Amino acid sequence: MKLWIEKQKYLIDFTLSSLARRKAKNVGLLLVYTLIVFLLASVMLFTHALRHEAAHVLDGAPEVVLQRMVAGRHDLIPPGTLERVGRIRGVQKKEGRLWGYYYDPVVKANYTFMAPSNESISSGTLVVGAGLARARGLAVGNAISFRSYSGKLFGFTIARILAQESELVSADLVLMSEDDFRGFFEIAPGYFTDIALSVVNPQEVRNVATKLSLQFPDSRPILRDEILRTYESIFNWREGIVLALASLSILAFAIFAWEKASGLSAEEKREIGILKAIGWETGDVIKMKFWEGALVSLAAFLIGYVAAYLHVFHFSSSLFAPVLKGWAVLYPRFELNPVIDGFQVATLFFFTVFPYAAATLVPIWRAAITDPDSVMRG
Amino acid sequence: MIELKNICKAFNHGRDNEFHALNGIDLHLPAQRVTAFRGPSGSGKTTLLSIVGCLSRPTSGRVRLKDRDISGLPERFLTDIRRQTFGFIFQQFNLIKGLSAIENVMLPAYPLGGDWRALRESAERLLGDLRLSHRREAKVEWLSGGEQQRVAIARALINDPEIVVADEPTANLDTALAMEFMGILEKLSNTGKTVILTSHDPLVVESSIVHRVVDMRDGRIVPPHQ
Amino acid sequence: MVIARPSHLVFTALLCATGVFAATFADAAWLRHRRADVMTQKRDLVARLQLTDLCLFTEARYTRHLSQADLHSAFQDHPLGLEHFPSGSLVPPPAHLMVPHEALDRKTEVPD
Repeated sequence: MKLWIEKQKYLIDFTLSSLARRKAKNVGLLLVYTLIVFLLASVMLFTHALRHEAAHVLDGAPEVVLQRMVAGRHDLIPPGTLERVGRIRGVQKKEGRLWGYYYDPVVKANYTFMAPSNESISSGTLVVGAGLARARGLAVGNAISFRSYSGKLFGFTIARILAQESELVSADLVLMSEDDFRGFFEIAPGYFTDIALSVVNPQEVRNVATKLSLQFPDSRPILRDEILRTYESIFNWREGIVLALASLSILAFAIFAWEKASGLSAEEKREIGILKAIGWETGDVIKMKFWEGALVSLAAFLIGYVAAYLHVFHFSSSLFAPVLKGWAVLYPRFELNPVIDGFQVATLFFFTVFPYAAATLVPIWRAAITDPDSVMRG
Repeated sequence: MIELKNICKAFNHGRDNEFHALNGIDLHLPAQRVTAFRGPSGSGKTTLLSIVGCLSRPTSGRVRLKDRDISGLPERFLTDIRRQTFGFIFQQFNLIKGLSAIENVMLPAYPLGGDWRALRESAERLLGDLRLSHRREAKVEWLSGGEQQRVAIARALINDPEIVVADEPTANLDTALAMEFMGILEKLSNTGKTVILTSHDPLVVESSIVHRVVDMRDGRIVPPHQ
Repeated sequence: MVIARPSHLVFTALLCATGVFAATFADAAWLRHRRADVMTQKRDLVARLQLTDLCLFTEARYTRHLSQADLHSAFQDHPLGLEHFPSGSLVPPPAHLMVPHEALDRKTEVPD
């Protein structure tokens, strides 16, 4: 056993010395390789943690949200509906929600205006999300005015800024009193954006939703389950450019690695001949080459993964921010809770380390069985 | 030491371009002697050397090494015998470029998996004996022709073989370096090594260090022409 | 004289890298512990304000409130709709638009 280890160490010595000969090329290869692992691992860690975060945080969302549709558009809930909804058996709590969107031409951003029912905000003041406050340069006590859709100018003072830590759910929020909200959007009393319900028995949510659709054919119930499922599949690996980018980079690397590994140069073939002539077995040559692939890919995996971990959980995935931000102006600053799926990491390990090791081994197989006397004939 | 019986070697066996490099060689190579194969190029001397050195197997005939028939052994065993019994010095030196002199010397011992420190020390000693200590960390392509050959000699000796095989050792050397090589050869012979080489260099084959010259032509042993 | 053997150097380096790799898991556990309060805080905020969505894409109503998007938003015409690249290609259509809502719809009888 000790002899075996010592022998592998010798083979590794050789493979390292021979890698060191083409330092620039091999370091470049390692860098590209590491970069790919880094990108894949970053996407993987980010999406998994974000999905987990969404599932955990949105667990507090309303059990059922009832929307009203008019001609295929989301419309206001008219007066009286709230009471009728409350009469449905199984509904425990019902609340009309007041919220809507506002486009701020100053910074060209969209805000979510909201009048929370269980938060007392005095008239003429606002509670804003930290992302918005950053974009507009607002501090507590500052005055801000918005021109409403009817053309009137409304002035407010900032009473409070929501905690920076909650930006992932609150970056663009503008909270105001109900009176201010109705006045600003000219929504008559009794009307609501939608209705949030809670149900006595969680098992009955689906039945209640069916009853709601029956009684209010113009309405659309959205269950919390559905909200959670929406975010469960967010950044699903099949979706869009994540996969497109990943598969392109993997493909490019595969070609690169294959070219490098399979294009055994005449020089390399000669070296294998020399090694065999001076007493190396075919197996030794293959093992030596195996170590090359294994060491390079292991190093790339470890460095790439650790870098991805730091990127996602200590540097707030800053490289993804521009991609996720798209052409939106507001983008939340958030730190994800590092929830790591060990199985995913193992899969990543397998799919990054194994193909490369194989790509280096296959061509050597053919070269390693050359006759040792070829060096004499050459 | 080595017995060859009716050795034939055919290349491209069974095809149109089949040709016979060796035709029925019978030869006895005694231990602790310096034997040289002499002949024009194409006479089969290099092919014979590679069969003697277990680098290739004869198409037919028997090779006995120390009373053991090795002509029928599979490659793995042959490699083992080659590693333990033979040290090779090739015409083109065949050093691995980009590696240091001392690494090249150590290479044949790598598959044995012995103690690294001891191996390195013996490699240093060999290079020291060949006056190459100061060049041990230099990459082999930076060495002169003579230095390269001395690295190749050190490499041939690292596993302490009984037999040293050299193919046209002086072909790439000028007279002074060739003389130096003969000096090394003499030392090897004096320490009890068996040396088998091919050459058509008069400096080698007419030297008193060489105990026996085998003349070859067209794959056969011919009587000495002198 | 101590001579650095290539394999020993690489073993040391890989051992360090493996150590750091393992350390990321320990670090993750520690961070989870440290950020647990923030998670609770966020969840409480969501419950208090009755929020339904993550504030990741603010460019359009159907990306800001993904789960509240209606059946007729342009975004849902095609899941890879490019009018709001890249959000449009990063997120699938809301789950309830795929199957369950249809089921509910079918259970609905038109009252007269």
